[in-house]
Amino acid sequence: MNMYEIIFYFFAFITVASASVVVFSRNIIYAAFSLLFTFFGVAGIYVLLNADFLAITQLLIYVGGILVLLLFGVMLTTNTVNIDIKSGSMNVLAAASVVAALAGLLGGVFWTSDWFVSKQMGELPAQTTSKEIGTALITTHVLPFEIASVILLVAIVGAAMMARREGIKSQIPSSK
Amino acid sequence: MTITLTHFLIISAVLFSLGIYAVLTRRNAIMVLMGVELILNSANINFLAFSRFGGMNIEGQMAAVFVIILAAAEAAIALAIVLNIYKRFNTVNVDEISLLKD
Repeated sequence: MNMYEIIFYFFAFITVASASVVVFSRNIIYAAFSLLFTFFGVAGIYVLLNADFLAITQLLIYVGGILVLLLFGVMLTTNTVNIDIKSGSMNVLAAASVVAALAGLLGGVFWTSDWFVSKQMGELPAQTTSKEIGTALITTHVLPFEIASVILLVAIVGAAMMARREGIKSQIPSSK
Repeated sequence: MTITLTHFLIISAVLFSLGIYAVLTRRNAIMVLMGVELILNSANINFLAFSRFGGMNIEGQMAAVFVIILAAAEAAIALAIVLNIYKRFNTVNVDEISLLKD
């Protein structure tokens, strides 16, 4: 067992174990915090796949952005006074059978297929990918890049509008 | 026994199944969002694994970059919707918000 395998199994264990906590935990705060470890584990797997820039981006955007946003959502929408912070489950039996069938199908396909593996895979140099990604973003992928920037702008404006509108309405009757 | 493409694919299949299970069973809308994030992460692992082992190192990473961008936009919009739902119904349980059914 060399170092690569040890690190792979370490990150794989972190990812799967904390993702199970996210899914099966009754307490939504525990679920949100173990999502942090899931994102860390996935970032480690990205590093093992020669994607250092993606790993850093994962940490910055998921841990620094999306997770904080989810925690704010938890804080703003659960009554901590009530027992409402426990989040229950529904349709457990039906969902478990559907998910078991899906997992069996996916695992079977992944396990039995004879995937194409490039011959030069082993001799890829360990270099940073940020330069290549930056070059690709302004040459071959410039149209999706611009569309993504427009989508982000629209999402920011739309989220701000949606989150504010109700507040303005509810302030008007109280000021009368 | 060395780490092959299948190892990464199995990890992503497990993450995908857990995410689908969270989306199907959780009552809290924010937990459903966490399930969606798990699904997007598993898709990203697949993109990176296939681009790494298929010999085209950068193409799959570009797809993963755009998945992350869309995940950020989706989280912002979805949380704004969840906040509006909470103001309107005073709950975020997805099975109690059934106004269209009545």
